[in-house]
Amino acid sequence: MPRLSLPFVWLDTLWIQVSGTLCNIACRHCLVSAGPKVDRHRMLSADEVVKLLDDCEGVREIWLTGGEPFLNPEILAILDACLERAAVGVLTNGMRIDEPMARALGARFREAAHNLEIRVSLDGPDAAANDAIRGRGAFLAAMGGISRLVTEGVEPIVAVTGLEPEKKVEEFHKMLRLMGVSRPRVKWIPPFKVGREVARGGGYAPFEGLNSAQVEEPEAPHRLQCGTSRTVTSQGVFPCPILIDEPSFLLGARVSETLVPHPVDHPACSTCWETGFSCSR
Amino acid sequence: MQPVIAERRVALFGGAYSNWRALDAVLLDARRRGADAVAFLGDAGGFGAHPDRTIERLREAQLITVQGNYDDSVGNSREDCACGYTDPRDNRFAQISYDYTLANTSDESRRWLSGLSISRQVILGRHRIGLYHGSPRRTNEFLWESTTPLGFIRSLCLQEDVDLIACTHTGIPWERRLPDGKGLINVGAIGRPANDGRTSVWYTFLELQGDRVVTEFVPIEYDWRGLVEDMAAEGLPREFAETIATGWWTTCLEILPSRERFRGRF
Repeated sequence: MPRLSLPFVWLDTLWIQVSGTLCNIACRHCLVSAGPKVDRHRMLSADEVVKLLDDCEGVREIWLTGGEPFLNPEILAILDACLERAAVGVLTNGMRIDEPMARALGARFREAAHNLEIRVSLDGPDAAANDAIRGRGAFLAAMGGISRLVTEGVEPIVAVTGLEPEKKVEEFHKMLRLMGVSRPRVKWIPPFKVGREVARGGGYAPFEGLNSAQVEEPEAPHRLQCGTSRTVTSQGVFPCPILIDEPSFLLGARVSETLVPHPVDHPACSTCWETGFSCSR
Repeated sequence: MQPVIAERRVALFGGAYSNWRALDAVLLDARRRGADAVAFLGDAGGFGAHPDRTIERLREAQLITVQGNYDDSVGNSREDCACGYTDPRDNRFAQISYDYTLANTSDESRRWLSGLSISRQVILGRHRIGLYHGSPRRTNEFLWESTTPLGFIRSLCLQEDVDLIACTHTGIPWERRLPDGKGLINVGAIGRPANDGRTSVWYTFLELQGDRVVTEFVPIEYDWRGLVEDMAAEGLPREFAETIATGWWTTCLEILPSRERFRGRF
């Protein structure tokens, strides 16, 4: 039986896993089970990223992720190559942003040809809630990174994984205002039951997933982020950043050869569908 | 629909947002400057008061017209404006504006809005200019300067087989050009200020100079106090009136990229 697949519309968004699955912490809900010794997907060099960008003419925005992107020693060269071509976002835990890095990001935030967003992941507006998921000391270290960014005029977006955003978003706004953030912005991420989250909260039930009627809706390729994006890791090209550990979703070696219909038969696809979630917006 | 051929000067504006006072000022200015053609890139209603007054003027002026997301929604009595916001607070304000606009747009106006084209073309010299509301791809796509790279613009021009793309939807005017002169021009909006701390609004003039199309963004002063009084009388949110009176956006801000957001006050 053919797999359930989604038409590909156009390449708007490119995700690059610049640090692979290497991270300085090991969050209990990490979608890609990243950690200090996890190198299933290895880091990408600046040269590799430039080659990759040359294969992605017309892309509108590029998101750098991992793992922790600021572990990559060539992160600034990578950032510059990306910012020359498109708007860029970086997903980080904020813990590795020291003063020189904050200054370098501040300069690019103000002067680059395109927009730069820094998105810092947190799991609570205080150390108790945050560190229960991200590890002892993570909150304080992230606050240090946010504070240094704010000093350099970069107000990061905070990304929070969880439910009930309407109840909790004000707590994050309050905390961010205390940190000197003038325009608090919080992106809420629904829990995807993949990676390390499976051990914490359980996986998907057998009945969860999309059906053909949903995928055939004309708006489906716009409702699902994979209709307009691709994700690149050292292993190749995947439809989205969430499914990089699913070998059956490896689409090819080069982005330009993967801009065709792709499978959407993973149960996690139903989380995107139901919540309207996009990793980028 | 056939492309419109303009001799030398084209005036373009978008996002009228029920601001008939600004519309009168723009049409007068465009005529005074000798525009061969005037194009409206969509979104007649929303935000301001008395949408029918704006729609009647747009109809009478016999413009080149493009349908915006608001025009499609109101024209077809849809549930919301399909503005493309993603934040709950933004959507709440958008819905207040939409419900008011829908309730105050006549059947005749709705019919006119629903019949507008989603794109048009103008020929200026050897240049073919595609007119759209959001983008050639989506009526409600936001094309901000800081998130619209040249490579992307080149792709759009190729796909549409045009030299220039003119659009609106975001409410902030800007342009980016490729070395060969192709490019994208966001013509701005005349319904509310451009989040620049000025009460004036912006429209765009394209003029053929030799073989080149030169862009001029034109600030327009109008009776914004009258609009503020109308909005108060109609019970529209004071946040909207504050934007008109100060030039700073107060709502629907979460969709802005950082670069554009931090130029504003909020």
